[in-house]
Amino acid sequence: MAETKTYSIAFLVLIVLLILCFFINISLGSISIPNTAIFNSLFGKIDNTSWQHIIMDYRLPKALTAIVVGSGLGISGLMMQTLFRNPLAGPFVLGITSGASLGVAVVTMGASLFGGAMLGVLASKWSIVIAATLGSFLVLLTVLVVSTKVRDTMAILIIGLMFGSISTAVVNVLSYFSSAEELQQYYFWGFGSLGSLSWHELLILFVIYTLGLLLSLTSIKTLNTLLLGENYAKSLGLNIKQSRLLIIIATSLLAGTITAFTGPIAFIGLAIPHMTRQIFNTSNHKILLPAVFLFGAIVMLVCDSISQLPNSDYTLPINAITSLVGAPVVIWLLVRKRKMMF
Amino acid sequence: MEQNKKHIILKTDNLSIGYTSKASKSVIASNINIALKKGELVGVIGANGIGKSTLLRTLTKVQNPLNGRILINDKALSKYAPIELAKVMSLVLTEPIVSKNLSVFELVALGRQPYTNWVGNLSKTDIEIVNQALNQTNISTLKDKKCFELSDGQLQKVMISRALAQDTDLIILDEPTTHLDMYHKAYILKLLQKLANDTGKTILFSSHEIDLAIQLCDTLIVMTETHVVSDQPCNLIEKGTFDTLFPDDLIAFDSVTGSFRVKK
Repeated sequence: MAETKTYSIAFLVLIVLLILCFFINISLGSISIPNTAIFNSLFGKIDNTSWQHIIMDYRLPKALTAIVVGSGLGISGLMMQTLFRNPLAGPFVLGITSGASLGVAVVTMGASLFGGAMLGVLASKWSIVIAATLGSFLVLLTVLVVSTKVRDTMAILIIGLMFGSISTAVVNVLSYFSSAEELQQYYFWGFGSLGSLSWHELLILFVIYTLGLLLSLTSIKTLNTLLLGENYAKSLGLNIKQSRLLIIIATSLLAGTITAFTGPIAFIGLAIPHMTRQIFNTSNHKILLPAVFLFGAIVMLVCDSISQLPNSDYTLPINAITSLVGAPVVIWLLVRKRKMMF
Repeated sequence: MEQNKKHIILKTDNLSIGYTSKASKSVIASNINIALKKGELVGVIGANGIGKSTLLRTLTKVQNPLNGRILINDKALSKYAPIELAKVMSLVLTEPIVSKNLSVFELVALGRQPYTNWVGNLSKTDIEIVNQALNQTNISTLKDKKCFELSDGQLQKVMISRALAQDTDLIILDEPTTHLDMYHKAYILKLLQKLANDTGKTILFSSHEIDLAIQLCDTLIVMTETHVVSDQPCNLIEKGTFDTLFPDDLIAFDSVTGSFRVKK
């Protein structure tokens, strides 16, 4: 069909860009490593074991994490925007981040509240991941249960926001009672970080991410039908409640796990779908979903490269970079096209 | 005689419509017995708030009947699975579509959803049917336009085209002529008449355009406070059904011209 032809060039460009950004991302860092050495270490052995270590155990997993995060958050944002017919929706409207923050707040700052006995157990890396997962999972489960009871999809949006408010309030109470050190730890998690994943953690993230991705693929037809509105979708034989559930589960798998491992990454989930719609000038999810995947991964790799501040020892919080880089791009796109695609 | 032998697509048996809440039942209309035949254009008319929308909502399975039965192709409406129903009944609603960024072709092609595979790929037959639907509604030239570029009249044709592409025996339209100017009101209803004739689909619509409906419909379903009648327009005029349609203090039905006149 005509649609595949028109977009195949754009897809080709995106794939080339992705590969390019991937290598640029790996080649940049506080220690400069020659390009040939990078290739050698990726595809074979090199003599310099410290370079080998930096690339294989730090830069490569970080770049892979960036791809997972960018594509995963982008796709969940796309699904949420279509499901809620709302251009302001993102992967976190269902209260996933708030749930995760709550979980992390409990382990990082709860010690003062629950007494010193827990101090040793808490605050380790894994406990933060587990707490974030549990937190987002609990909030999501509640939203899911409620969503099967309400008829109106918009109600779910409000319910998600309300749970977000409750979580934020609890976090505030917790932070009021905690020490400066604990506060700092909590805030560091909030900055987001791509570089702290081991291969082992990356594997777990990847498995769940793939599951979410597969689910979102099966939702392509549903998402396109929803572009007509729920009543039309129903008249086309779509089971609204069931499809809604599938989309929400896919989103929670993607955004929930990503947040658990990397902290809340702002902006990507909201902006990537908009950028992709503007560039591809379509609302067809058959095109949008793979495009958002590629584009999200590219943007995340670029943001991560920038946050590394090449050739310096500083690493800026990724959360700040995504917004600093992304927001002007979205504004520029909207102003240039003068029309918001949705 | 031939008219009577025609296949009946939709039939209601002593249908009562209305709303139920925990405490009570509020009946909006009862004793509705209608039969829609193949290839007929049928209009539902009545004053505001008389229950036209409730009737359409009940016939399209959005809400349940209070009493009585609805049969589509001799099978009870309640027995239809959603996907089965999507293959016998398509809708044109008053609500705007969510994304106007779809192209006309894409939007009409969404009508093929009940027939396409899990990812929604269009087969050759699907594309043929979509193109045919575009031709039948005279919008082939708009094919690649985005929906936000269209006028209300064009958009309504696109929505009708989408319903055609769904390839159902029955098309139900909820007030398809609202927001349109006089010319386009006539155009859309005339188009519906032609489509019913050419494609053999049964088309049911609700409307406030009583004069146009009288001229174009094969059958009219008239809803009044006390009862629901369905008959050919000329028979209804003879029976004086239209005189009871509205309160008689402002307008009166002129049976010679077949239209309403303001009382002087």
